Amino acid sequence: MSETQTQVRDDIDAPRLDIDPFSDDFLNMPYPYHEQMREAGPVVWLEPYQLWGVARHEPVKVGLNDWQSFISSAGVGLANFRTEKPFRPPSLILEADPPLHTRSRTVLSRILSPKMMQTVKAEFEIQANKLVDRLVEQGEIDAIKDLAKVFPLRVFPDALGLAEEGRETLLLYGDMVFNAFGPRNHVFLDSVKRYEPVREWIMDHCQRSELRPGGFGDLVYQAADAGEIPPEDAPLLVRSFLSAGVDTTVNGIGNAMYCLAMFPDQYAKLAAAPALARQTFEESLRLESAVQTFFRTVNKPLEFYGVPMRENDKVIFFLAAANRDGRQWPNPEVFDIERKPVGHMAFGSGIHGCVGQTVARLEGELILSALAKRVKRIEITGEPVRRLNNTLRALESLPLRLIPH
Amino acid sequence: MVNVKYVHSSGSVTELEVPAGTSVMQAAVNHGLDGIVGECGGAAMCATCHVYVDEADSGKFPPISPPEQEMLDCTASPLRETSRLGCQLVVKDEHDTITVYLPETQQ
Repeated sequence: MSETQTQVRDDIDAPRLDIDPFSDDFLNMPYPYHEQMREAGPVVWLEPYQLWGVARHEPVKVGLNDWQSFISSAGVGLANFRTEKPFRPPSLILEADPPLHTRSRTVLSRILSPKMMQTVKAEFEIQANKLVDRLVEQGEIDAIKDLAKVFPLRVFPDALGLAEEGRETLLLYGDMVFNAFGPRNHVFLDSVKRYEPVREWIMDHCQRSELRPGGFGDLVYQAADAGEIPPEDAPLLVRSFLSAGVDTTVNGIGNAMYCLAMFPDQYAKLAAAPALARQTFEESLRLESAVQTFFRTVNKPLEFYGVPMRENDKVIFFLAAANRDGRQWPNPEVFDIERKPVGHMAFGSGIHGCVGQTVARLEGELILSALAKRVKRIEITGEPVRRLNNTLRALESLPLRLIPH
Repeated sequence: MVNVKYVHSSGSVTELEVPAGTSVMQAAVNHGLDGIVGECGGAAMCATCHVYVDEADSGKFPPISPPEQEMLDCTASPLRETSRLGCQLVVKDEHDTITVYLPETQQ
């Protein structure tokens, strides 16, 4: 951290909380801390990192939609790129503001559009059914290792146009990238150690020669051919697919399985009506949001919910806390697959809202629907084990028994 | 408050009093209206809040942006001259009344 950030500020007109959102304790069980922050006020000051925290639904939404005041180009993690060197070349979409962001976003949102999903849906569905058939036969499964990791690692790199070899590298890369939004704590350093040996693989697989013609990755290069983006942008935009496209959906699906295992009455409802799969996935995103937080940087002196902020202040938006705000959601702690939680913040909001949300929803829907059609009941057979990550809510292991119809 | 009339594909009409600053999609979702899904929450990412704006009201809203046009190419029901995404139609007090027709299906 830079010196300006470590000096204790005396101009804070908001509740000052001694909460460290990257401690093991917080990462293991964030929800009591979320509540403490929400109840303290619309904006709080987090002493350990000297930054603003926003945890209520409305200000999270308002802040994320005000991209002129809360910018992304200075980094969407703890580091401020205006004063610190980024650990990697910044993302051309995540860590960018308009007009650069608009150019990248236009290309990626077309490649990941609902129309494009129609072209991959049949193949994704075949893979979902095949996997669940196999798991039903197996009976006793680990929902993370055998299902949540397997399905996205099969269908997404296929659609991207990557060969099969070495795909699990994407998990190490995603884990490291999402850890890097937090501080240099042991969680981050451990993930870097696991990632270091495969660093080359990631950079190599952003190259066109590694991407099947017509796949999502090649379509980025086609946009460069057409002059929509400069040629040097293409590998960096493919990198965004590699970093954000797998570990997110792995945990989204893993967390959905966790919710369904913890709320058997809701699983019974789904098993009786598999058409609820899509909104079930949506509700699990609200309750156990795979991406818990994103940062912004204050672009100019301003007042936010009556609280004066300085230029270059960092702000952490707690998406997952917004998703359990009782001001927005009745009985927020309850997993209710009939809720239809439109307006949850799990994909963010505004111009930086997840560009891959359509493919994430498709994967979630198809795997839950395949499960609902084949499995009458799921039972937890062992203690779920958490995997700590500075940004992601993740499980390492979730032992389950599948009982077929 | 703006009076927004949602004409369902069946012909029935739901009228809502919508506060300025709220989108046609958000108001419908807040009231649990069938016929608008709004899955992405207003990010112009899903094309499930497709509406046909009454011709008399179409001039009240800003023109279609490139991202909205992209999504309009993805709607489940036929695209017409008057097609818009409800999430991009934010009502203002001076609008007085707005009428939108809902398509048969959104997904």
